[in-house]
Amino acid sequence: MTAFWRAVWIIARKDLAIEARSRELINTTVFFALSCVVVFSVSFVGEGGDGRAMGEAAAGILWIAIAFSGTLALGRTFERERYGDTLRALLLAPGARPAVYVGKLLGVVMLLLATEVIIVPLVAFLFQARLFDHALLLVSLLVFGTVGFACVGTLFAAMLGRARSRDVLLPILLYPVTIPVMIAGVRGTAALLAAEPQLEMARVWTMLLLSFDVVFVTLSLWTFESVMTE
Amino acid sequence: MRTRIFLTLMLLRTAALAAQDPQGGFVPVTEVPASEQLPSLPLVITAYAFVWAAFLFYAWTMWKKLGKVEQEITILSAQISKPRAKP
Amino acid sequence: MRKAFVPLLALAGLIFMTAPILIMRARYESTMGLVQKIFYFHMPPAMLMLLSAIFCGLISMLYLIKKRPVYDWIAFAAAELTVLYGAMAMVTGPLWARKAWGVWWVWDARLTMSLLLWMVFVSYLLLRRYGGPGSETLAAGLALFGMATSPFVYLSVNIWRTLHPLTSVVPTLPVDFAFALWYAFLGFLLLYIALMTMRVRIEEQRALVDQLYLESEE
Repeated sequence: MTAFWRAVWIIARKDLAIEARSRELINTTVFFALSCVVVFSVSFVGEGGDGRAMGEAAAGILWIAIAFSGTLALGRTFERERYGDTLRALLLAPGARPAVYVGKLLGVVMLLLATEVIIVPLVAFLFQARLFDHALLLVSLLVFGTVGFACVGTLFAAMLGRARSRDVLLPILLYPVTIPVMIAGVRGTAALLAAEPQLEMARVWTMLLLSFDVVFVTLSLWTFESVMTE
Repeated sequence: MRTRIFLTLMLLRTAALAAQDPQGGFVPVTEVPASEQLPSLPLVITAYAFVWAAFLFYAWTMWKKLGKVEQEITILSAQISKPRAKP
Repeated sequence: MRKAFVPLLALAGLIFMTAPILIMRARYESTMGLVQKIFYFHMPPAMLMLLSAIFCGLISMLYLIKKRPVYDWIAFAAAELTVLYGAMAMVTGPLWARKAWGVWWVWDARLTMSLLLWMVFVSYLLLRRYGGPGSETLAAGLALFGMATSPFVYLSVNIWRTLHPLTSVVPTLPVDFAFALWYAFLGFLLLYIALMTMRVRIEEQRALVDQLYLESEE
């Protein structure tokens, strides 16, 4: 069991080490997420002409920015692997194949969470949203939602490794499958941001996200094993 | 002709059974006020026409593809069984 | 050779064409009137879309385990039919909804999840078409996720409060409604089987063409 987690940590640490040196992924992902938030905020300026953005759109904009920047980050992560042809080397390594998946997943999740650390305060600032009143619930929503999105994304991005048209196929495949995660995340966040925060609803959506995570991670682990046999 | 007789007999039987009270979300009546009927007709016709058209389109496309593939097989099989030309 | 499919297609077509007779003989529904008749051509394709999605997922799982090409062919056919039947359900549904609910579409649980399921299988087809070599295995993985979503689509009306009728409506239908419904369902099912066998045959023949090409090169 510990051999598995050691392999996972080695793979995740490798990605972190590469990232720490160039900081390419974190910089580009964060800035792209920022641009998303700005573009959407500007598009959804409310009626009344005082230039205030619509509060109801805050939750949706946050999660869309996470989804879009996450898709780009996934593409870039595996582009790196493909460039050095390292994915095949990883799969040939004697460690269990699921460890490769979990290791990559951890790297992607950490990257996305780092992006959210910057994006969430920005959204709170732009929309005067009191996102931090119920910080624990919000963090749970974000973590579970990110894991759900990333676990399917890591699987699909790895699967598409050498496929033709992989750049456009990743979002085409990923979004329909992860829309339930997005819906739960947006509704949960919106429940927290409502004029009277609906904590019970937010908890329900959080639990739903957790159950999605369990199903998706299990399914992804099994599929990764069978699909990456080339 | 036989199909029609059979169907009519089945319908008479079900009409007899339908004397019982129905349950559930759909509550049937035998007459509907005339004002309700006309605006629905284009919707119903469009719905049925679409289903028909979708089936016909798909079946027709499959039919054509099968024909093409079988033609290719005939050509290739003939090519293989032809005596080889001198190198 | 393709003439062999004519009997099955004819049988299915016959049932399909006689279904409107039964549908017209069924009584009108009390609140919805004529437009409720769309039900008989809406529920069977919707149900078959869900079942086809599960079938595609199971066959894809078999393909990933056994790697026999025939499973891949069946999965591909099942995905195409899922998209076809899904399109039928999602065109007839809004046409009915416009009269019954007053709107073409709502984002309630049942409609949203059905649309998602349909989109997953559309993306399956796009992957098969544009993904290049090796996309059979990738698509099989995708189909598993489609299969996982399918039961939730069915149960969504029971779990969440939606505009869409509950699943309990169908088992409690009056007899003339039920007869017309299951007769239409039979027609749709037979057409499904007929179209699937044709589609699998096409893939089988295509594989044969590839093989013959290789032989003719020698």
